[in-house]
Amino acid sequence: MADTATEAQTSAPEIAAPRDRYKRKKTTRGNYELYSWVFMRASGVLLVVLIFGHLFVNLMVGDGVHAIDFAFVGGKWSSPFWQVWDLLMLWLAMFHGTNGVRTVINDYAERDGVRMTLKVLLYLAAVITVVLGTLVIFTFSPCPHGAPADLVPAFCSA
Amino acid sequence: MPSAPAGTLYRGHEGMWSWVAHRVTGVLIFFFLLVHVLDTALVRVSPEAYNDVIGTYKNPIMGLGEAGLVAAIVFHAFNGIRIILVDFWAKGPKYQKRMLWIALALWVVAMAGFLPRHLMNVFGGN
Repeated sequence: MADTATEAQTSAPEIAAPRDRYKRKKTTRGNYELYSWVFMRASGVLLVVLIFGHLFVNLMVGDGVHAIDFAFVGGKWSSPFWQVWDLLMLWLAMFHGTNGVRTVINDYAERDGVRMTLKVLLYLAAVITVVLGTLVIFTFSPCPHGAPADLVPAFCSA
Repeated sequence: MPSAPAGTLYRGHEGMWSWVAHRVTGVLIFFFLLVHVLDTALVRVSPEAYNDVIGTYKNPIMGLGEAGLVAAIVFHAFNGIRIILVDFWAKGPKYQKRMLWIALALWVVAMAGFLPRHLMNVFGGN
């Protein structure tokens, strides 16, 4: 009987020392989710300003949504101010939105394969959209060669 | 991944429904954003291509869709600020319900400013 007692003692699980500080870190894979949480809040504040400004200028000023055509976009993007504005908006909104949808997928797609597939599609769509949008903002010409004068901004014929 | 239990503590009332609305509006806005970047990219193709596609948007159904989109964005924005206050302001959790009603009141004010202007543009002839 004494033998069993000794055996139980030696194979007993290790008990943490009293007052040992609880370490959350040991089971996580880095601080990625913390940074993502911070990013959602920081980008959110900036996006409120950027998107409200975007909506106001495009939908409220002048003839609103009716005025939107190539000449309108060309006029805006001939100014570095709106190029930077739209670039910031594109990047922040795409990262904010992609991260939000990633959270939703993680919450509802329970099967590993489904979750993985949805996230691969999400990241693919995000990369294509960000790269395409960035290229368009920087390689865009408001006065394309040979375009009809009535479709381009007035300053093109000046 | 564990399945959600049949009933959780986090259900009902302002807290859960604002969370649900934040998700739904967020996902809607995200898919709009993908389409919006694609259609705007047409400016790189030609002025005609861009104007043709944007022209198909200039009808009452899309106009109402735009109104819904702006409504979703404004809700997401105001509720997002509420979430930030809940997280960072010491009294945020205590006032989370009241802040939702304030956010909704501000949403009504913003939409009252936007809708007449936009609907006049959409329905008020060319």
